[in-house]
Amino acid sequence: MQLLLDIISGALLAGGSFFILVGAIGLVRLPDVFARMHGAGVTDTLGAGLFIAGLMIQGGLTLITVKLLLILVFMFFASPTSSYALANAALSQGVKPWTADDPKYDDPEPDDTEDGPSKT
Amino acid sequence: MMFAAATAALVIAMLLALVRALLGPTMFDRVLAVNSFGTKTVLMIAVLGFLAERPDFMDIALLYALINFIGTLAVLKFFRYGNFARAGGRAPEGEGD
Repeated sequence: MQLLLDIISGALLAGGSFFILVGAIGLVRLPDVFARMHGAGVTDTLGAGLFIAGLMIQGGLTLITVKLLLILVFMFFASPTSSYALANAALSQGVKPWTADDPKYDDPEPDDTEDGPSKT
Repeated sequence: MMFAAATAALVIAMLLALVRALLGPTMFDRVLAVNSFGTKTVLMIAVLGFLAERPDFMDIALLYALINFIGTLAVLKFFRYGNFARAGGRAPEGEGD
């Protein structure tokens, strides 16, 4: 029984780690702020969700699991709110979303500090 | 063992978030990267509690999640209005909140 729980929680932790890594790679590789928020969203929802689910199985029916559930619920409210605030602030302060018309469309390298799509 | 592997994945993801925070190029990229770093820190504290077999670290993780959210909103508000106290004194036109 304990072995089965360990296997399940290990699989959930591995899945969570995978999505966290994918989100972090997206955060570095994607072309502008709005696209990068997509990568951060993967980390905040599926990554954190699977990760905390894996830890909850390890915690068992204790107060630790309740606290982990509280973290998860709070994160599911806070992540969309802060994403909305960030996107709203970026749009209203003049960041242009990256589009297919951009000259760097065929070469979406993220090191566009000078002439990239995301002007301040 | 699996906690150590999960911690290693989190450390790599946190380093990538730091790379984005250093590269920028706009302020919003940095805020996004720091917010994402904070999320990963919450998960890191939680998994370190299990790794050290002291799962009462969960209180700290919960507190850090709250601080991370408020901190993101505070930084955004500060860079928009120039201070934390006044609401909308120098907002751009048509942007009330």
